[in-house]
Amino acid sequence: MYDIIIIGAGVSGTAAARELSRYEADICVLEKEEDVCCGSSKANSAIVHAGYDAVPGSLKARLNVRGNELMGDLARELDFPFERRGSLVLCLNEEEMPELQALYDRGVENGVKDMRILTGEEVLAMEPNVADNVCAALYAPTAGIVCPFGLNIAMAENACANGVAFQFNTQVDKITKLEEGYALHTNNGTFRARFVVNAAGVYADALHNMVSDDRIHITARRGDYCLLDKEAGGHVGRTIFALPGKRGKGVLVTPTIHGNLLVGPTAVDVEDKEAVNTTAEGLAELTAKAQMSVKNIPMKQVITSFAGLRAHEDGGDFMIGEVPDAPGFIDCAGIESPGIASSPAIGEMIAQILCEKMGLKKKKDFIATRQGITDPSRLSMDERNALIMENPAYGNIVCRCEMVTEGEIVDAIRRPLGARSLDGVKRRTRAGMGRCQSGFCSPAVMDIIARECGMDLYDVTKSGGGSRILTGVNKDAL
Amino acid sequence: MREKGNDLRGSSQSYDIVIIGGGPAGLAAAVSARESGIESILILERDKELGGILNQCIHNGFGLHTFQEELTGPEYADRFIQKVNDLKIEYRLNTMVMDISPDRRVTAMNRTDGMFVIRAGAVILAMGCRERARGALNIPGYRPAGIFSAGTAQRLVNREGYMPGREVVILGSGDIGLIMARRMTLEGAKVKAVAELMPYSGGLKRNIVQCLDDYGIPLKLSHTVVDIRGKERVEGVTLAQVDENGRPVPGTEEYYPCDTLLLSVGLIPENELSRGMGVGINPVTSGPVVNESLETNIPGVFACGNVLHVHDLVDYVSKEAAAAGRNAAAYVQSLSGESSFVRGTDSGITLEAESGVRYTVPSVIRPAYMEDSLTVRFRVGGVYRNCYVSVYFDGERVIHRMRPVMAPGEMEEIVLKKEQLLQYPSLKTVRFTVEEV
Repeated sequence: MYDIIIIGAGVSGTAAARELSRYEADICVLEKEEDVCCGSSKANSAIVHAGYDAVPGSLKARLNVRGNELMGDLARELDFPFERRGSLVLCLNEEEMPELQALYDRGVENGVKDMRILTGEEVLAMEPNVADNVCAALYAPTAGIVCPFGLNIAMAENACANGVAFQFNTQVDKITKLEEGYALHTNNGTFRARFVVNAAGVYADALHNMVSDDRIHITARRGDYCLLDKEAGGHVGRTIFALPGKRGKGVLVTPTIHGNLLVGPTAVDVEDKEAVNTTAEGLAELTAKAQMSVKNIPMKQVITSFAGLRAHEDGGDFMIGEVPDAPGFIDCAGIESPGIASSPAIGEMIAQILCEKMGLKKKKDFIATRQGITDPSRLSMDERNALIMENPAYGNIVCRCEMVTEGEIVDAIRRPLGARSLDGVKRRTRAGMGRCQSGFCSPAVMDIIARECGMDLYDVTKSGGGSRILTGVNKDAL
Repeated sequence: MREKGNDLRGSSQSYDIVIIGGGPAGLAAAVSARESGIESILILERDKELGGILNQCIHNGFGLHTFQEELTGPEYADRFIQKVNDLKIEYRLNTMVMDISPDRRVTAMNRTDGMFVIRAGAVILAMGCRERARGALNIPGYRPAGIFSAGTAQRLVNREGYMPGREVVILGSGDIGLIMARRMTLEGAKVKAVAELMPYSGGLKRNIVQCLDDYGIPLKLSHTVVDIRGKERVEGVTLAQVDENGRPVPGTEEYYPCDTLLLSVGLIPENELSRGMGVGINPVTSGPVVNESLETNIPGVFACGNVLHVHDLVDYVSKEAAAAGRNAAAYVQSLSGESSFVRGTDSGITLEAESGVRYTVPSVIRPAYMEDSLTVRFRVGGVYRNCYVSVYFDGERVIHRMRPVMAPGEMEEIVLKKEQLLQYPSLKTVRFTVEEV
């Protein structure tokens, strides 16, 4: 019997795990995929929003602003990439100035600091590639960009270092109420816990509805994105949003924390909660919309496109708290945008709720910091040579596009909650995330995974489950 | 294979010529530079052996022009590797060049030397090219396992002995796609179709016959992939016909169950290092802009092979690279007064590509510095039958050559003579164009 089981190892679940790991409690995270950061957390805009978007008084508003405040310290403590680049919401039409002003006022009410409304000229001086017809913009310097994988993995690793157990490839199919707590029935047996946190992303409704008669409904709202080559990464320096207007919600154009340019997302409700397929219509739509805000986007330099799912709850707000007719079952549902930005505050809030309910005591030996995988590109030549002398694997470039060394890949596999698949390595090191999209490095990374994990090359997968890369050896079918 | 040479640790080494890449271009350039009298040459190769992509091209058909023999890729590479060894040219394997500065300081790294800097008298860029990935085409659908670039599949099959799939659809009829259709078939896979966006194949005619026709594999011209199904592994792809603008025609979709999609949708010269040092790039070829000496806008920096523009035949790469090697040697010798090679780019004669001709390499000629003859290579933008390639010296047509068939998949060449160019002392522009009868 665990004290707490958290369902889902996305940003919300791992933020909760990390915050709860400050306390004396026996905690386990159950994840249906083979790794952390496999659902909505891995495919999104990776924006740490300032917090002017959400309705004042909503959980989204409160947690976004609080999460944004916490993100800087968290990034330092847990060693993941985050930068406050600022964001601009463009007003392209004089008639829409009242809406821009309303957004500013809402931001003030939500507690967003340092916002300013800029004139069109000021905007173009700041961002020369913004559409020439810009008449004003809401500038929020506190907005940032983050590595969503880095954030998610860092929180998971730190929780793990503080004693939280993780069970991957474990899907909760049924929940039964016990005299005290709940029994979670999975493909990997039954897990029991006094308290349960439901951070299951697009599936949070299904889990909620297993324990409560007061049903909730989550729609998977798909968004397509295009990622552009680093050569296009400087096209804008800040996150550029379009003012939501008569033509609907626009798409954003933003630099990513790793120096690419990201364009998206669209918004299409889908039935299938695994439907992360991009569509021709979606890609065409985001291309057209992005060009309304930013001119001359070099769409020829797209290196990949992808789609992510927002977990949109019918009520429109985050749903965080104990389910009234299911004591001890804590929902963390409807976490869509600004979920990444809010995640540190979501973790804090869930920890607070459980602290009060369970009377948890602080650990004396909590480890607050975590060290990420060494990024040799940030070292001087002397430091780098010292590293290579100590471990020659850091002298061997495996991914030539992102200049990732064998040393980094081995670290990604060997560390606690290490990578077990090509995508796992990619999220931790960026090997395969560059302009050739793993064409050159995937055979080498497969070799390293097989060697480090003691598995046959044939068993290496792209992302666990049935995603084997190879189907056999030459001529075996003849 | 033995690597030879000095201890590179530290940062004080210098070489007359540093060659970036030990594939066919780098090897041929090294050999010709040595034969032109340069002793101090270093090849830096990122892979574990010399030979580049030829090492995975185990089919034959290489070397017909160079050696009048049909060799496999590894055999062709070996001829040059032997020469490099016989000439005792230094090379470093498993060595990644990280950066080249405009004043030709090459920063590189490997496991044994660590990170080091070499000063180069001249640099020859010979990094080759990479395959265009799915993202560049914006193919919609899922992103499961089972989608490979044709070259990655070729490496897995030909070098590792592993099959990347059993039921295969190939998008793109470039040479690698065609070659892989045959290879996958020979290794026991079922290749269901090769789809090509254009109304003509991007590959050599002989490959269509020998790799598709001989095995009954259908080539679907004017078709593309409009959807990829399968959440973990590819389960099938949908092909559709495209109109003259390359847009899918509704109602023509056809679903092909398969576990693998191979992409052979174009090659892109790998010029990140070149761009980093300020080399000017031609937007059509994605390769450096070069003059008759294959020298870039940065004096002493030369380019050859697929990093300059994508070739169909390695024989032409070797020829071009040999010229780059000779010119780099002349450049180095000019520094010590041994040669008349003049640094810098004079304005020279501009080569222009027009109506049907997409580009030319080189794009500038300074007649004073050219060898007796110069091969100008180019590609056409569509399929042309019984048309002429014409070359105009300013307003005057001086070359008018009949070509029965020209296609984008086959590189064309025209040889210009130095003595002919010298007869036009005030010549500004040489135009290359396709003319109908």
